[in-house]
Amino acid sequence: MKPVSHAFKDNAKQALADEPLRRALGGIKHGFVANRAKARAKLPEFERLRDEARAVKEHTLAHLDLYLEAYEKKVTETGGHVHWAATAADARAAILQICQAAGAKTVTKGKSMVGEEIAINEHLEAAGITPVETDLGEYLIQLRHEPPSHIIAPAIHLNKGQVEADFRREHTDLPDNRVLEEPAQLVAEARAVLRKQFLAADVGITGANLLIAETGTSVIVTNEGNGDLTQCLPRIHVVITSIEKMVPTLEDANTILRVLARSATGQECSTYTTFSTGPKRDGDPDGPDEYHVVVLDNGRSEMLGGQFHDMLRCIRCGACMNHCPVYGAIGGHAYGWVYPGPMGAVLTPSLIGIDEAGNLPNASTFCGRCEAVCPMRIPLPKMMRHWREREYEKGNTPAFYKLSLKAWAYAAKNPRLYQTLTGLLIPLLARFGSKGRFRSLPLASGWTRYRDLPAPQGKTFQQLWRAKEMRS
Amino acid sequence: MNASNTRESVLGSIRGSLRVTGDDAARVDAVRKRLKAPSPNLVPERANVRGEESIALLTEMLEGQSAHVSRAKTLDEIPKLVANYLRKNNLPAEFRTGSDGLLADIPWGKATSLTHHLGRGQGDDAVAVSRARTAAAETGTLFLTSGPENPTTLNFLPDTHIVVIQAKDILGSYEDGWNAIRKIYGKRPLPRAVNLISGPSRTADIEQIIVMGAHGPRRLHVIIAG
Repeated sequence: MKPVSHAFKDNAKQALADEPLRRALGGIKHGFVANRAKARAKLPEFERLRDEARAVKEHTLAHLDLYLEAYEKKVTETGGHVHWAATAADARAAILQICQAAGAKTVTKGKSMVGEEIAINEHLEAAGITPVETDLGEYLIQLRHEPPSHIIAPAIHLNKGQVEADFRREHTDLPDNRVLEEPAQLVAEARAVLRKQFLAADVGITGANLLIAETGTSVIVTNEGNGDLTQCLPRIHVVITSIEKMVPTLEDANTILRVLARSATGQECSTYTTFSTGPKRDGDPDGPDEYHVVVLDNGRSEMLGGQFHDMLRCIRCGACMNHCPVYGAIGGHAYGWVYPGPMGAVLTPSLIGIDEAGNLPNASTFCGRCEAVCPMRIPLPKMMRHWREREYEKGNTPAFYKLSLKAWAYAAKNPRLYQTLTGLLIPLLARFGSKGRFRSLPLASGWTRYRDLPAPQGKTFQQLWRAKEMRS
Repeated sequence: MNASNTRESVLGSIRGSLRVTGDDAARVDAVRKRLKAPSPNLVPERANVRGEESIALLTEMLEGQSAHVSRAKTLDEIPKLVANYLRKNNLPAEFRTGSDGLLADIPWGKATSLTHHLGRGQGDDAVAVSRARTAAAETGTLFLTSGPENPTTLNFLPDTHIVVIQAKDILGSYEDGWNAIRKIYGKRPLPRAVNLISGPSRTADIEQIIVMGAHGPRRLHVIIAG
C-alpha cells in the first residue's frame, strides 16, 4: 500500500471520533493483555526465557551473513530454492516470476506482514493473478481493500455487523435469507467459501515466523490452520520472509516459540506450529512439488550495528501495541502503513523514511509499557527518541514546537525563574480546576476534547519538598 | 541486478554494517560449532517430567486447549473408542488414514460399523486418524511428521481429527520431542513438514471471540495407547 503515515495527525483525529473502533480497541485489555499476564504467571521462567530469546537473536544477528549462507545451503540440499531480494521490488519480481512460470491463476495466502510490506497482492492482481487471503482476519480486510490494523489480529477494528455486510455483498451466490448474526456463523461461511479456494489454488504463499539454519526449515505459527492448507495443497509453496527471521538451531527456535505465543495472545503455544523443509519427497502423497523462499532485506541490513539494531530482534508478537495507550486510543490504521504501534513507530521510518513517517515516533507518551512487555527486550522508547532527535536535526519540527521547547528550556535552566513561574501558575490552575480536573482548558483543547486534564493540587513539587524538609 | 549480484549485495551490506568479513575464523568457527552440536537453552522446569507424569501433563494441557483425550490400554481397544466417539458426536462412522504401521496394526474390524479409507486427505473427509511420532507435555503439543504413512492433508482437511500416540512416545519438553525426531530421521533431512498440533483449529478474528474450526479440524481427539 501507499503509505499515508505523513497524515498521522489527521488519521488519529478521525480514529478518535470513530465510536465502533473505540469499542473494538477497548476489548484488547480484557483479551490479549489479561491473557498475556496469565500466561506469564503460569511460567516461572518467563523472564529468564526473555533474556535467552534476546541472546539467541543477538548471537544470530552478529553472525547473520554466515547463518544465511548455512541456511541457503540446507534449503538447496533439501530441494528448495532461495531467492535473495535486496528491495521490495526484487521480492515482488521473484514471486511473480514463480507464479507466472507455473501458469498460476489463483494464489492462496497465509498471513504475512512481509507480504503486506512489499504489497504483493496489488502486484499479482496487476499481472492478472488473483491472490486470496486465507487467514480469516486478512480475508475480512481484503474484502474491504483495507490494510491490517494489527500485526496479529489484522481485523481487530471491525465488528460483526460490518463483517456480515461485507459477506452479503461479496458472497452473492449464497441465499439472501441466511442468518449471519454470530461470529460462529460468519466463521462457518468463511470456512466454506475459502475451502474451495484452498483446493483450487495453483500457488500458496506463506510468511515465516522463523528460519532455521541447522535444517533449512521455515516455521509458521497459526491458530486457524490456514497456513497449512495454503502450503500442503497447491503445487508450489512460496515463503516470503526477511533476513532477521533467522535462528541457528531447532533448540533456538524452541526458545523463541516459548515467548512468542505467550506474549502475543497469551496462549501457552499456538494451535499449529509448522516446520517446513523443502518440497515433497519421493513417495509423499501430498505437499508441494516446488518450495521457494524469498528472503527480503529492504533496509534491514543497514540497521545492523546502528541505533536501530535492536529492532531486528522483533518477532512480531504485537505485545507492544496491545499494551500501548496510544495504539489503544487510535488503532492501527492511523499509523498509515503496514506496521502500527510502538514497533511500527520505530520500524516504519527505517523502512520508508523519516520524511514520510516522522510523526510516528512522536505518537508515544513514553510510558514504557511496550519495552516492559517486549519478549525480546527491545528498547522501543529509546529508539523513538533517536528518531525524534533525527527529525529535529533534519529541521522537520514545526516552528511552534521549537519555540515552546526553547521557552521551556530557558525556564528550566533558570531555577529561580522556573520556580517563580510555576509558583504563580500552579495555585491558579488548582483554583480553577473543578473536582481536581479540567473538562476544557484554553491552548489544551487537543487534550481536553478527548479526556479530562488532571488539575494540579495547589503547590509545586519544590514547595512541597521545602515544607517536608522543614517538618523533619 | 541479477540473482547472484543481489545475493552478494545483501550479504555485503550485512557485513558492511556489522564491520566484519565472511572469512573471519572466529566467526566461522562459532557458527559451525553451534550448528554441528545444537545445545538446549533454558528448558522450563515444568517440562522435566517422565512416564505417567508426562502423560498427565500432556492431557491437562491438551484439554486446556479444547482437545479431548482418552486412554487405550492396548491397540485392541481403539476401534471401539473411535466408534463411540464418532457416535457420541453424531459423526459418520468412517475415517481415513495413511499407511502408518501402528495404525495398520489396530484391529479396525472389531468395530464392524466403521469404514476405513486409505490415502491423502480429500476436501470433504469428515474424519481422519493420524499418528503422532512424539509429544511434548510442556504445552500439550503433538509432533506429526509428513510422509506416505501420515499425509499432512489428513491433519488439516477433515472436520474431526483423531490422533493416536503411544504412551512411551510422550516426552516432557520440545527439546525431547526434537531429539526423538532427530533419532528417527538420523542423517536424513527433516520430513517436508513437521506439524506441531496442540488443539483444534480456532480463530478470534471477529470481535476477539474464540470460534472453533476456522479452517482446520473443529475437533481434536487424542488417543493415548499403552
